[in-house]
Amino acid sequence: MSALLEIDDLRVTFGGTAAVRGISLTVEKGETHCLVGESGCGKSVTSLAVMGLLAKGGKREAARLSFAGEDIREYDEKRMSRLRGDRMAMIFQEPMTSLNPAYTVGSQMTEVLRRHRGTPRAQAVDRAVELLTRVGITAPGLRLGQFPHQLSGGLRQRVMIAMALMCDPELLIADEPTTALDVTVQAQILRLLAELQKDLGLGILLITHDLGIVARVADRVSVMYAGEVVESAPTAELFRAPRHPYTRGLLSCVPVPGKVKRGDPLGSIPGVVPRIPPGFSGCGFRDRCSFAEAACAGPLPRRDVGPAHEALCILPEGVPA
Amino acid sequence: MSTLLQPAGASDRRRIWLNAGAILGAGIVGFITFVAIFAPLLAPYDPFAFDLGRRVIPPFWMEGGSPLNILGTDQLGRDYLSRLIYGARVSMIIGVATIITSGIIGTFLGVMGGFYGGKIDDAVVFAITARLSIPVVLVALAVAGFSGGASFTMVILVLGLLLWDRFAVVARSTTMQIRNLDYVAAARCAGCSPMTVLLKEVLPNIATHLAVVATLEMALAILLEAALSFLGLGVPPPAPSWGLMISEAKEYMFFSPWIIMIPGIALFVLVLGVNLLGDALRDMLGTDLSR
Amino acid sequence: MLHFLRRRVTVAILVALTVLTLSFLLTRLSGDLAISIAGPNATQEDIELIRRAYGLDRPLWVQYFDWLWRALQGDFGDSYFFKTRVARLILERMPITMTLGLCGLAIALCVALPLGILAAVKENTWVDRSVLMVALIGQAMPSFWLGLTLMIVLGLNLGWLPISGTGSWEHYVMPSIVLSFSAIPALMRLTRSGMIEALASDYIRTARAKGLSRLSILVKHGFRNAAIPVVAIAAVQLGFMLGGSIVIETVFALHGVGYLAWESISKNDFPVVQAVVLVLALIYIGLTLLSDLLNAVLDPRLRSA
Repeated sequence: MSALLEIDDLRVTFGGTAAVRGISLTVEKGETHCLVGESGCGKSVTSLAVMGLLAKGGKREAARLSFAGEDIREYDEKRMSRLRGDRMAMIFQEPMTSLNPAYTVGSQMTEVLRRHRGTPRAQAVDRAVELLTRVGITAPGLRLGQFPHQLSGGLRQRVMIAMALMCDPELLIADEPTTALDVTVQAQILRLLAELQKDLGLGILLITHDLGIVARVADRVSVMYAGEVVESAPTAELFRAPRHPYTRGLLSCVPVPGKVKRGDPLGSIPGVVPRIPPGFSGCGFRDRCSFAEAACAGPLPRRDVGPAHEALCILPEGVPA
Repeated sequence: MSTLLQPAGASDRRRIWLNAGAILGAGIVGFITFVAIFAPLLAPYDPFAFDLGRRVIPPFWMEGGSPLNILGTDQLGRDYLSRLIYGARVSMIIGVATIITSGIIGTFLGVMGGFYGGKIDDAVVFAITARLSIPVVLVALAVAGFSGGASFTMVILVLGLLLWDRFAVVARSTTMQIRNLDYVAAARCAGCSPMTVLLKEVLPNIATHLAVVATLEMALAILLEAALSFLGLGVPPPAPSWGLMISEAKEYMFFSPWIIMIPGIALFVLVLGVNLLGDALRDMLGTDLSR
Repeated sequence: MLHFLRRRVTVAILVALTVLTLSFLLTRLSGDLAISIAGPNATQEDIELIRRAYGLDRPLWVQYFDWLWRALQGDFGDSYFFKTRVARLILERMPITMTLGLCGLAIALCVALPLGILAAVKENTWVDRSVLMVALIGQAMPSFWLGLTLMIVLGLNLGWLPISGTGSWEHYVMPSIVLSFSAIPALMRLTRSGMIEALASDYIRTARAKGLSRLSILVKHGFRNAAIPVVAIAAVQLGFMLGGSIVIETVFALHGVGYLAWESISKNDFPVVQAVVLVLALIYIGLTLLSDLLNAVLDPRLRSA
């Protein structure tokens, strides 16, 4: 049986600039796959490319891009739009601006069902009430009649999640769903996502830059850097034995209770994420990497470095622990 | 990420297109300015000399045309090309004089409002609102009509006194923005008098924005002058205003359409040129002044 | 919201009073009324007689308040030429100008909205540029000349429409088209820029992620937001169009208030001109108020603010 979402060698370019340079990952049913990386590394572009929502001028290529066993590479806009919102749904980073200010919450929620299932308005409203309750919104009847500007950021993101669930999707792509929210609200939203996944058997592709979130919710992690997945492993394995220098750098930036002593300096990675020029080859991280050598400019091997654990690095066993 | 999403090439193409518009606009305006300045040298005949024996001769390429009068003659036998050439003077002088008048009024009001704020600003905003509610063409016609016939200066004065609103709007908002900038605040703190700050810091910085408004208003003034003259309450005959030429030749238009086409096209091309120039200027500055 | 409205209404009333004063001054400052009314062949005695008959011998401020008091009651005096109440003249002619203005606006919207949306969807392509070119051409076209040209082509050569006059609906077609040209460029540019902004917004991305149809994305989600300023400006544009209809009504001999004003100007019929200026200004002020209201109605964020 095939995975829910399979991506192989996905590439996205804007004009001459490569934003995603051949990434591969899979999301199984009922699994949360986290895509981590700094801003600008191509995480969001990856998720938009999967949904077929790239901005004008964006070009997508892939050796394989399949959803529930169907090859969606050649789907035109019309067929994709039938899939989106119905079987695959997405929530975004910006809850404040992602809802249309001109329509009520109810109108925006019900139109998904009406579009994909042709559900009559009354039933669609019932479903909306049910889901608003499910995502922990009190007085859902009242909220349905309200406009987005009357809701707080946390409420809006809950509405977005409820809206994404209207048609019982199989895959949910969440692009930094908690970044714009308060820490307390963040925790609630994450707990909600985890619950929903357990109850509904959702496959979730969660995009984030926050390793704390990864540690809490992910089954599997892919670390992205400069348009490539540099390391991919089950969550526990990745945190226990990171192999790629970049992953290690990332992890050292996060204080872990018990491991880091009070007063120890936190790690940091010198430099910033580079813009990848056309025709670039080799490791994108080599200018910031303390293990870099001449061979890093050549083609890189993707190696199995542990159980279901891959890294993209010339170091055979990864970074010495 | 937003820079990544900008498709490369589109902005270049846009720039080329803008340049084409700018060159076309500058070419048209430059050419007509040249014609206006050197009208006496370029015009083949005296634009006022009539010859009732040679009336309504069509342009030379039409049947019955004559190579003596390239664009034909009007209803009084005056050479149409010569009148057209002198007509450029009327349009250009009125256009420029109007924006100077209205520019001074509007900029003064706008800068005062934007710089001092408070009650002064309220008054300026009120003046703009009141001005916008006055129907321009009607009032211009009424003033010209009631003061016993129109004249060249009357047209300039009336239009100048009526078309300052957009200058004021833009001067006000840009002054407000600039006033709050650090270096202007610094100059104020350093004890420069408000006058010095206005003249040295504010005016030079809003000048480019006002230049854009000036082109758009000039196009409007040229069109309004033509309309007023067409209605017989603008530039008085026998001056060769393009609007007046259309008005005077109106009776002949059903038999000889060219007689209104020639000055009409001249007017259209000039206004188009001025607008193209204004648009190019606006895009170069990257400001959106569409109110 | 209520506070905002109250403030707007206050300003509107103050502006209306200013315009009242200005339209009074308009006639008094442009020369001696009595001489103008009497005409060129009048004797000194005739002029004195007229001055007394029209109450022009009273101090200016008395005349002003007398006029203001009457004007506020809708009494604009008698027309010197038509010898009837000015208010009645205007009421008779207003439907024609209103019809013209509304038809012009309708045509302008029918052209500007689809083209503006099209240009936004095809931003930076030749389609977009052609649409912008249409706007520039519309802006540069002298309305009276366009009117005459249409007369020659549609009226004379093709014989589709009557050349001028007032009578059937066909008489309104050409004037409305010409009038619409004055509003098309502004409406089209505004629609385009509003749509470009809307289409780049996060909620459009959400709408696409929801798998909505293209039509729903463009119109229901995109245009609904882009339309807010467009609708507001359309109301204001109608005011400008009514004010500018004098040229077009004169060209097409369409007997609306603009034509009335033009006739009256050439006959030195001050009360009529004064009243037309006033009425058009008041309509404009009313329309700007309406535009604010429409804004509030269309934008839920303003409604509850």
